Amino acid sequence: MELKVENLTKRYGGRTVLDGVSFTLRQGVTCLMAPSGAGKTTLLRLLLGLERPDGGQITGLAGRRISAVFQEDRLLPGLDAEGNLRFVLGADYDEGRAAELLGELGLSDVGGKAVRDYSGGMRRRLALARALLFPCDILLLDEPFTGLDPENRRRAAACVRRHGAGKIVFVVTHEASDAEALEAEILRI
Amino acid sequence: MKRKLWPVLFWLLLWQGASLALGQPLLLPSPLRVLGCLGELAGTPGYWAALALSSGRILGGFLTASALAAGLAALSARFSPVRELLSPAVAAIKAVPVASFIILVYLWLPGRWLTTFIAALMVFPPVYLNLLEGLARRDRALAEMARVFRVPWGRRFRQLDLPQLLPYLRSAVSLGLGLCWKAGVAAEVIGVVRGSLGERLYESKIYFEMPELFAWTVSIVALSALFEKLTMAGLDHLGRKAGGPWN
Repeated sequence: MELKVENLTKRYGGRTVLDGVSFTLRQGVTCLMAPSGAGKTTLLRLLLGLERPDGGQITGLAGRRISAVFQEDRLLPGLDAEGNLRFVLGADYDEGRAAELLGELGLSDVGGKAVRDYSGGMRRRLALARALLFPCDILLLDEPFTGLDPENRRRAAACVRRHGAGKIVFVVTHEASDAEALEAEILRI
Repeated sequence: MKRKLWPVLFWLLLWQGASLALGQPLLLPSPLRVLGCLGELAGTPGYWAALALSSGRILGGFLTASALAAGLAALSARFSPVRELLSPAVAAIKAVPVASFIILVYLWLPGRWLTTFIAALMVFPPVYLNLLEGLARRDRALAEMARVFRVPWGRRFRQLDLPQLLPYLRSAVSLGLGLCWKAGVAAEVIGVVRGSLGERLYESKIYFEMPELFAWTVSIVALSALFEKLTMAGLDHLGRKAGGPWN
């Protein structure tokens, strides 16, 4: 299983955000390291099918289920953790698995609290839990550990490694320590 | 918001005082006299029949217009030519005096359709415009999230769209219900629709039965308030089930 990005180009108006980017992703964790404004989030949006490229192509997405952590948490604020997970997972929601992962991420004591009352770090961890529980072949994570303290970063990275086993995991970050914690291959654009 | 009782009592007392001071019950009957008249009316089958007939027709117009407005707002939010096409029509409905519509519709349609049509006409613009605004202000980032996770349409509507639309729907329905009762009864008065609340109001005026006129008016206001309360409670229940409103 591989995901191939060839000569990908994206422009907004007259500004070129991605200019002929090429790489191949295989099973395992790959971290994309690039400075701010290098088009990391745009690249993820192209991989998610939320934008169309102006040039180049992406192969290996057809028929594959994709899960993601977005740059923002994108949780439903009126629902609690279970409600948010059920919204995305539907019949795939497994109470035992969800409780286990929420526990690993330090969210076992949130009860029925609505997400609007969560701290930023809690929201980030729930967004990560949602992505990891969603049955998929490809995991795309945009700065998944933003706002987490070192202990929670370490726990979250362990969860990504374990739940991402056998999948293509593509993580956008600008922290070298995240790539290290994820034991990831490094990709630079 | 819980309403306090004392302002209502104040206005009732003022009404009672004004009636006593004027000393002409034919012009301004006292609240007690109106209450007595209401009791007498409530004992007659005609009262309940008029209430049922007008309520059915007005609410029929309200529901029809709401459903149509919701459907067209969804189409307008998706396709801008639909929005452009409907824009002058909605502006015209808002601008034309309701009395003109009543007279026109009275000439075009059988009397039994007059109330429903006029009530619908008054409800359509606020519901359509509010829902259109609500649809335009939906959180696009969350819609993208639902798309990426392939959330089915029904779940997406119930848990993502509905909580966001609910505040817009609430204010539209509140405004629409008030308007459709006022306009619906006005249409019945002008069209003298047989067996309706409007016809009873008209007869009270003709025979100078002021206590009856007030009693019918009180009944209409009470009905309008009751339906608004019930509809709001229904919408709030729906919202709580969907995990919203969010703000």
